[in-house]
This record gives sequence, C-alpha cells and structure tokens, in this order.
Amino acid sequence: MTSNEQPVLEVNDLTVAYRIGDRWLEAIRDINLAIQSRQIYGLVGESGSGKTTLAMSILNYLGENGKILKGSIVFDGEEISRYPREKMRAYWGSKIALVPQNPLSSLNPTLTVGEQVREVLRLHLKMTNIEAQQKVLELFERVRLAEPERVARAYPHQISGGMQQRVMIAMALATSPRLLILDEPTTSLDVTTQASILDLIKELIQGREMAVLYVTHNLGVVVELCHRVAVLYAGELVEDAPLEELFSQPMHPYTHGLLMSVPKLGQSKSEQALSAIPGQIPALSQRGQGCIFQARCPIALEICSERPPLEKVNEQHLTRCYRWQEIAQGEIALEALFEAEGEAMSMAVPISSEKGTASALDAQGIVVEFEGQRSFFESITRRPARKVKAVKNVSIQIQPGDTLGLVGESGSGKTSLARAISGLNEPEAGSIRIYGLPASPKLSQRNREVLRRLQMVFQNPEEALNPFMTVGESLRRQLFVLQGIRGEEAQRKAEEMVQAVQLPVEVLNRRPNQLSGGEKQRIAIARAFITNPDIVIADEPVSSLDVSVQAAILNLINRLQGSFHNGLLFISHDLAVVGYLADQIAVIYLGALMQLCRAADLFQPPFHPYTEALLSAVPSVELGRKVEAIRLEGDLPSPSETIEGCPFHSRCPRKIGQICEQQAPPWRIDESTQKRIYCHYTLEELSQLQSKTRYSGL
Amino acid sequence: MKEGITVSEKIEGAGRSRPAPNQEISASLVGIKNFFIALTSKPASALGLFIFIFFLFLAIFGPLIAPYGINEQIVSDAGQPPSPKHWFGTDNLGRDVFSRVVFGAREILTLAGFGTLVAVFFGTTIGLASGYIGGWFDEVLMRIFDGLLAMPLLLLALLLLGTLGPSKNSVLLVIIIVYTPIVARVVRSVVLSVRQRGFIEAARLRGENLAYILFREILPSVLPALAVEAALRFSYAIFLVASLGFLGVGVQPPSPDWGLMVREARNNVNQMPWTMYYPAAAIAIVVIGINLLADGVKRVLLESK
Repeated sequence: MTSNEQPVLEVNDLTVAYRIGDRWLEAIRDINLAIQSRQIYGLVGESGSGKTTLAMSILNYLGENGKILKGSIVFDGEEISRYPREKMRAYWGSKIALVPQNPLSSLNPTLTVGEQVREVLRLHLKMTNIEAQQKVLELFERVRLAEPERVARAYPHQISGGMQQRVMIAMALATSPRLLILDEPTTSLDVTTQASILDLIKELIQGREMAVLYVTHNLGVVVELCHRVAVLYAGELVEDAPLEELFSQPMHPYTHGLLMSVPKLGQSKSEQALSAIPGQIPALSQRGQGCIFQARCPIALEICSERPPLEKVNEQHLTRCYRWQEIAQGEIALEALFEAEGEAMSMAVPISSEKGTASALDAQGIVVEFEGQRSFFESITRRPARKVKAVKNVSIQIQPGDTLGLVGESGSGKTSLARAISGLNEPEAGSIRIYGLPASPKLSQRNREVLRRLQMVFQNPEEALNPFMTVGESLRRQLFVLQGIRGEEAQRKAEEMVQAVQLPVEVLNRRPNQLSGGEKQRIAIARAFITNPDIVIADEPVSSLDVSVQAAILNLINRLQGSFHNGLLFISHDLAVVGYLADQIAVIYLGALMQLCRAADLFQPPFHPYTEALLSAVPSVELGRKVEAIRLEGDLPSPSETIEGCPFHSRCPRKIGQICEQQAPPWRIDESTQKRIYCHYTLEELSQLQSKTRYSGL
Repeated sequence: MKEGITVSEKIEGAGRSRPAPNQEISASLVGIKNFFIALTSKPASALGLFIFIFFLFLAIFGPLIAPYGINEQIVSDAGQPPSPKHWFGTDNLGRDVFSRVVFGAREILTLAGFGTLVAVFFGTTIGLASGYIGGWFDEVLMRIFDGLLAMPLLLLALLLLGTLGPSKNSVLLVIIIVYTPIVARVVRSVVLSVRQRGFIEAARLRGENLAYILFREILPSVLPALAVEAALRFSYAIFLVASLGFLGVGVQPPSPDWGLMVREARNNVNQMPWTMYYPAAAIAIVVIGINLLADGVKRVLLESK
C-alpha cells in the first residue's frame, strides 16, 4: 500500500449530530480516515461508539434526524457528502456497496434471492434478464453456495442465516464496487458459520481493486482480516494504526483496556482476573469537552479535561492521548492499573453454609421434547405428534464451588437443558438432585427449600427486572418469598448484596430504566445470589453486554461464586469466555453431549471433532496464532429430523464412514484426566490426528 | 431513513449511565403533570380533554346548572324553539331540552362508565389469566370470545336485550358482555409479549403464586395499553347506550337518555327540529371528544416509550 496513491475514500474532520428532542447531539466528532484501494480497514468500537453512524454517513444515508455538521467525505476524488439522495442512487450498490449486519431484514421477503441479485445487475450493469440469470449463478458459486440454482429460486426465509449473508456478499460484489462497507456482517451468526464467512470475505476481497471498511466490535475478527485498524470510542477516533502495531503497541489507554478485557482462548480464571474498564460509555448528552475517555481512564491527569489532539506516534500510527510517550516508553504499566481498579472494589462477605460432600447438582438422563405441529388430518387420525428432541439424554454433575461451562451454538439445546433443570420447562424424562435432595421436574411441585437452592441469571438484562419495581423491592421480595426474611433484616441483606455486586446502596431506590445494561445484569446476579442458592444457572449472562463491561461481570460472577461456594452452570456460545470461567466444560451439539472435560484440557488434544472445529473457528485476538482451519460444511440439521448414529456425522470433517451414520458412538474416557469424548475414534487415534493443534500455553 | 433513528436511539440507550437529575425526582405528581403537559401539547388532544372535562362537569353539577327539572312540564311553553328562556327550546310535552340534555350527561356517563369499568375489570382478569396460562384454558376462552365477536355488535346487543327485556340493568349487562372479550383480547396480546421475559421467569423460579404473577408482575406492563383501550371502550359504550336508546330497547322513557330523546323527537322533527339536534349533537361531541382523548393518551404513552 503506497500512501502517495490517492485513497478511494477520504473522511475529513467529519462531525455528525442527531436531533434528540430539540437539541442536536454529536454522535461522531472530527473523524479522519483514508482508505486505499486493496486495503481492508477495520473500524472497531463498542455499541454507542458511533461506528454505524460513521458507516451510514459515508453512504450518505443518515436518517431524517441526522445531519453532517462539519467535514467532508471524498470518494474517488469527489466530495459526496452533500449529494442529494437521487444522485446517490447511482453510487449505492454500484460504486459503494454495503453488507449489513442482519441479512434477513435487508432482503425483501416477497422476492426470491435470485431475483434480488438480478435486479442489482439489471439496474447497474444494464444486463438483460438472461445475462443476469447466468451471472447470478456464477456469483453464487463464487460465494460457495451449494446448489446455486436452488438457492436462487428460494425466498430469504427458506435459507439459513449463513446462506443469506453469502447472498448479501454476492450482491455487494456483483457490481465490483470501489468501496465495500461491511457492517458487523458476522455478528448474528454462529462461530462456525462466522469462520467460513470470514474465510470467504478474505478470499473474495484480497487483491481486488477495492477499498474495504470493516465495522465490528469483535477484536478477533479484525486480526483475521484487516490491514489497518481505527478504534472508535464514544464518537471519537482514539487510535488509528496498522494492525500489528495496534495489537503489539497500543498507545491509548482505551485500546489497552479493550485488548485486555477480552479473555483469550485458553486463559483461565485461576491465572488472573480479567482487566475490566470501570464504568461505561458516556451517553450522547453527557459528552464533555475534555478527553472522551477521561472518566474511565486510570491515568487521567488534570490536563485531560481539555481534549487531546490526534498525535502522530509515527508516520502510520495516530493516538489521541496526552500521555502516549509515557505509555510508549513503558513508564505506565496500564495492565496493572486496570486490574487494580477492578480489585479495589469491595468484596462480598462470605456467607457460611453447611454444605456437604454431595454434588451441588446432579442431573441424570435429561430429555427435553417439544411437540411439533400436527396437521388437522394427522390429529383426527390420531397420529402421534412429531416430537422435536431438544435435549437427548444428557447427564451432568456439578460439585460445590465448581463451574460447569456448557458450550454450544444456537440450536444446540443448551438453553433447553438449563430451563429443564431449573423447571421452567418440564423435561420429558430425567432426575434432578440438588445436594441429594430430589427436585421435581414440575416447578409448581418444588417446595420453597428446593426453589431457594436453584436460581438463575438470564441472558437479557433489559428484561430481567420488573420495570415497575425498584431494585430494592425486587431483592427484598426474593428474600421474603424464599426465606421469609422481611423488614430491616431484608433491607440490610439487600444493601450487603448490592455492595457485593459493586453498586452504591442508593441503587436500591432506583427503577431498572435508570440503570445501564451492565448495572441491570449486576442486580439480576444479586437477585440470584441473595438467598445463597446451592446452584446458580447463568444463561449467556454477558452475551448482550459490551466487551468492556463483560469483563467486569465475569470477574463479579467468579468472585461471588468464590465467596458463596455454590455450584455454577455457566452457559455460553463463546469458548474463550467459558474456558476462562469454567472448571469443567461440556460441549453440546444437537441436544447431545459431545465432550466433557476439565477446562484446561479442552484446549489440548484429543478433541472431539466438533470441539476441534469450534476451537478453530474462534477468531483470536492474538497476532500470528495460526491453527489449521477446520470448517464445517452445511448447516445445522433441523432438530425435527431423527438422526441415527452420531448426531454430528452430517457435518463431521473427520467422519469415518458408515459406522458414524448407523451406530451411536461410545464414550471414550481418559482415566487420568477424566476427559470424555463421544466418538467412534479412540482417544489415541484422535490425539494422533490432532497432534499439530495446541491452544494453551500461548 | 429508519437507520438513522435507530442508530441514534442505540447510542442514547447504550451509553446511558446515571439518570439525568430531573429523572431522580420520583414524585409521581411530576409524572402526572408531565403527562398532562405532553397530552395538551397537541390541540386535538387538548380539545378532547376539554370536552371530556366539560361533560364530566355537567354530569356532576347537572342539577345545579339545569334551570328546570328532568321531567318538569311547562305545558304553556310546549314546542317552543330556542329562546333566552329555554336555550335549546322545549319538546312537545313542554319539557326544557337544555335541562334534559344536561341531566342526560349524568345518565349516560354513569351507565357507560360503570359498564366499561366492569368490562375492563373482567376483561383484564380473563386476558391476564388466559394469556399467561395458555394451553386449553386459553384456547377454549378465546374461541368463545371469537364466537361473540363474530356477531355484529348491535345485533348481539339486540339479541341480549330481547331476552333480558329493556331496562337500565340490561343495558349495563350488555355493555359488559359485549366489551369484556374485546378488552380481554387486547390484554392477552400484551401478556403474550411479556410472559417470556426474565422477570416473570424469575418470579416463577421463586415460586410466586398465580395471582401475584398476574397482578403484580404482569399487570403494570399491561396498564398503558389498557388505559388506551378503556378510553376507547368508554366512548363506544356511550355510543352503544345512545344507539340502544334510539332503537327503543335500551333505557326507557321518561329517562333523559340522549338516544331516547332523539327517538322521541323523531316524530316531530319537521315541526320541532331542535328537540333532535341538541341531544344528537351532545352524543356526537362526547364520542368525538373521548376518542380524541384516547388518541392523545396513546400518543403520549408511545412517546414516553
């Protein structure tokens, strides 16, 4: 990339504001960017950082309530930011293309996907329908859609999310645009699908005469793909550097914090707490004149209340921090500072308990079925309803003080299993014991003692708390109903618990709409722990939170569990997060366990072939970590299909042959480590096949 | 176009840290005051509110305002057009139309209001239970309601009144039977969107009983939609009472029911048109006013979301 070449896209001093009420609030401020041809430019930011606003401004597609206050956008030497909509039509889809985050909402549900791509070709390339038809098949083949003819005739809802995104990519590339904007194209997809989409993007983009802006919140994806990365925080560009330099020598405290708050594959809680950035992104209306990161920065000085300029570290590297020289020379140990920030907060007082030696949770042979729809004819002929097996005979045990991490992609049955154990959905079969005490599969038949012993933290903090009750009311109600504690004692316990989740006592009088997402999740966690349950089920508790907030919540869960010494069932789709928090890990696929082992052993061969594919699919935030790419073919089979043999055989890259389709595999158990793998290969054979792969000790 | 709006909301929502100072004042009085400020910011809603309050005033203080009694007959003045003495004129029996319209306000507002209240009560309870419990319970109730709703409303009312015999109580019962399913459906649809939320599941996990979950956990989320629906039902209930009065199957003479007054005036409409105009206008104004009010309430609730 020679920098004297004219860039395809140049953004100069761009400031964009939104009208909220009767005020104009700046969503992005003084942004400067230049993307060369053949360059993939990563734009990283959390939600609220203004990254989508920037992408939309470049497209000149801001809403009615958005306006460019200042600056220019130069595309191929033309200043386009003031062009009217009519004029932009000639650019959209032909010279500038967009691959959006949610493909389903961007495709027209009433037209076949083939027709939608043909329309682009007819409009921008003036092709005839027959030519377009030919070209569509060609494009679909290039984006590796199996059976292009069939896909072209399908309506959007008839194909999977991964296929929809492939169609969007085909559409975007159909006209060979000069600028391609990818706005979180893999965020709504599973890791294994994400990995193959990233491979595809890499393959199709590299070497093309095209500039690419890749917008994402996922640092791992950036490492896989980008040449240069800009970090956006609360609407300001805080750092802009070539990929290697940004990851090896970040010069802004925010970049530092962001890189350190993401657990790396193989990192474990036993080594160190995650470094969390305290606080959260300031709202649009609360952005002052000083350094935008000042309020959360561990090294802020007085001078930081004046906005620092974007300074040059070297020709290629820009940062917006007064103290970058100190950071560069290693005079400030940011790592230690962020950690200290996390540890300085108050610790929960351990609540003593008389917990014995039995398993905190012992669930045996859990089966969860959902009834499929029956046609009228089927119901009058009394044909049995089609059953969809969401969980097939799964057994798990959790020891007191232990964390079992349950990992699987969407549709794997991990949430169904959790809900069956908690009693929210009644399982078809299976027994549940909490400290040897049998828990009825029906929630209504569980008595108060059993209910107290098992509590849950839900995925979505926005819906976890009753919006019409104060935090105090919610917590006190929990104590009253489960333990009969009321009055001053309840108030005292609620205060203690709120402090244990590191929030001020005043929060008790607040309603959920006055709290941020992270704060709400802290309260939801407080509610689950307040009655000192024996087992807490946390179903994706951090997946809807921002990266910089996630770390703090993970640390919190870890600390609470340490002091309460209860069992934790932690469910996540994120291997790094599960690997960090869990002691034991269970990998689940299509409702069946594939592998069960100690967390540390997950990253060592032998792996179950599915675990292997999952691990290989995770984009890593570490530079230069190259592993053998193992990609799964096809989509998750429909859960209503009955699958003989191994559930994974239809996508398994290490399939042996007929035996996998016909016989259920045995559990292969390593006596010394208690690693259990559900596969026809023996552990020795798997070790041999996977000998090259290592994840831990990096 | 839409993108921009959602993006800005996302930014505002995600970054929200501490509440703005004015949010901290939790006094509900401020909330009510803000509600009325927002409500009256649009002329149509303000007009609706004014009309509603005006008729409410008439209903409460009617006897003090009306110059003559409900059925006071001044035979010498029978059939007079509007004049300073009889603002809205008199009917063929010599009754003062203005006084009767004023008294009619109380008659119709209490009847329609009480009926709506009871219908809202039953509808809410049934809707909450049906939506939350689901399964066969829900299925059976909803099919019965579908059956009721499939019949034209007025026809259903006529059928019921034919069986019950015309009287005030029958009209009340009709309002309740006709509007309970409608309210129940609205409530149920909100319940369906709320029942899977985490806070409901958390309540189930701590073993709360059905009544607590329905009325303490779910009901508050239903209230906004319920307020709008109740206001709408109220205006239609007024319309229904008037219609039934006009058809002669509702409230019976000599009650000052507006619908009934229009019915009685029908025979003399050529000689004494004012006896029909004023009660008819009263019906129209009240119904339009309350509809405007309901629209306003809906707008404010949507905006505050």
